[in-house]
Amino acid sequence: MGAMIEVDQLTQRSYPVVRSRHPLRWVSAVLVLAALATIVRAFAEGQIDWPVVGEFLTAPIILRGFANTLLISALAMTLGLTLGTIFAVMRHSGNPVTSGVAWLYVWLFRGTPLLLQLLIWFNIALVFPTITIPGLFHANTVEVVTPFVAALLGLGINEGAYMTEVVRAGINAVDRGQTEAAAALGMSHMQTLRRIVLPQAMRIIIPPVGNQAIGMLKFSSLAATISFSEMLNSAQQVYFVNGAVIELLFVCAVWYLLATTVLSIIQYFIERHFGRGDARQTSSSRMVDWIGGLADRLRPARAGQGA
Amino acid sequence: MTPVVKVVNVHKRFGAREVLRGIDLEVGDGEVLCILGPSGGGKSTLLRCINHLETIDDGLVWVDGEIIGYELRDGALRELPERKIRRQQQDIGMVFQHFNLFPHLTVLGNVVEGPLVVRREPKAVAMSRALDLLESVGLRDRANAWPSQLSGGQKQRVAIARALAMQPKLMLFDEPTSALDSELVGEVLDVMRRIASEGATMIVVTHEIGFAREVADRVAIMVDGELREIGRPSEVLVNPKDKRVRRFLARVIADPDEASSGTNQS
Repeated sequence: MGAMIEVDQLTQRSYPVVRSRHPLRWVSAVLVLAALATIVRAFAEGQIDWPVVGEFLTAPIILRGFANTLLISALAMTLGLTLGTIFAVMRHSGNPVTSGVAWLYVWLFRGTPLLLQLLIWFNIALVFPTITIPGLFHANTVEVVTPFVAALLGLGINEGAYMTEVVRAGINAVDRGQTEAAAALGMSHMQTLRRIVLPQAMRIIIPPVGNQAIGMLKFSSLAATISFSEMLNSAQQVYFVNGAVIELLFVCAVWYLLATTVLSIIQYFIERHFGRGDARQTSSSRMVDWIGGLADRLRPARAGQGA
Repeated sequence: MTPVVKVVNVHKRFGAREVLRGIDLEVGDGEVLCILGPSGGGKSTLLRCINHLETIDDGLVWVDGEIIGYELRDGALRELPERKIRRQQQDIGMVFQHFNLFPHLTVLGNVVEGPLVVRREPKAVAMSRALDLLESVGLRDRANAWPSQLSGGQKQRVAIARALAMQPKLMLFDEPTSALDSELVGEVLDVMRRIASEGATMIVVTHEIGFAREVADRVAIMVDGELREIGRPSEVLVNPKDKRVRRFLARVIADPDEASSGTNQS
């Protein structure tokens, strides 16, 4: 508590304000910077051939690997979102078998390690040597399930399990009154879902999808273990030959950081766009304003679509 | 008067609690029926059973030639497939206490949604009728606004236009003014009054005694899941026979706000 002061001592209408200093902050800042400098110096003086890092940063094999990383991430994410939406809708089904299967899917693929799933897909030919659709298709599994296909299935199906939960949360967040209003107009379940529920669920779903996409970019490196030539696998191929292990791993780190930074920036704008009214504005009317604002921005696109 | 709605011995339970205890009711073509009664008496549930938002446990609901949700075959009520139930719901308009406008669609988008998606009307036809309806509820100039930009009264008028766009045989109003600030109640009641005067068949669950007295052809009072009293407003509201009804009306007429208190939990 401050020093006592009589009310008639308050003679001025305005006083200068002196902020308190934080001497300990200065001490801790100096300590942290010193520690950081030590680590940076250790790496600079350590057994790392920095010119090699620079040299391989733009090597064609690394760039091809990076392109494969981006490709597999995008495709697996798309597969994950599709599966997630389908299984989330199944979870909401009145049919206990349908919702049970969706539950089983999430339980199975979220309950086992991604690396293990990738290895199983890669070795699936051990279980099913041939794939046959009678009268239509027949092939040896090894030829169909290439490392690319195994990586896509492993990453995408695993992602789908997480997406199921994300989409389900989005659907649950839509007010029940919306479904009732749709039913009162005579809309079918599918129409209600497609026209009323899912468009509103998007608002909840999009920010976590951004997070998942950043995660997917990094998890795709696990596909290196099943010899899919994404970036990490390409780097390994190089360092098995030239022995510059750390240098090539650092090259990968640079590209991953670059890619996740770009995604994080996109994520930031998407969240700012969709997340207004969440943290700072609490009243539900603001939330509704926000949906209106969002829709406002979508309007030109929709106007073009019509006719 | 030819009946449009016939409710026969309808029972509804939520768990162990019996919310509707054998409701019998008939509403004629072009008739306006207001249902009044204390909160928790089952009024809203009855409405929601009429358009099959709730399923009933016993009895039947008949609307304009069809049993809602079932068909009578070989002396038994057989559940209809979803498609046919949806078809029945298209002809029954409903207005909700909390409006339930679609926030991701414009005002016009809300009104044309049913005709376009459900009835598959040509766009030009649906649009022009929707704009006419918005005109009639005084919101033609807000056609391109978003629901969030409207006041509660305006939202409810859009919701009424949305229901009317399906050209229903029957309109259900579930406490349409209970969520509104008192100064906005009038504009919604005005719209309802006009619809009534144009010959619509309406069942209105409300706490607006004034509206019931003035617009309703008959008034029903519902207490504890039973219709205790039904008849012309001049009889029921002035000289009720049932004791609970007398007590309810005395309280509501003395203090109109009393009736709507606590209804927001719906």
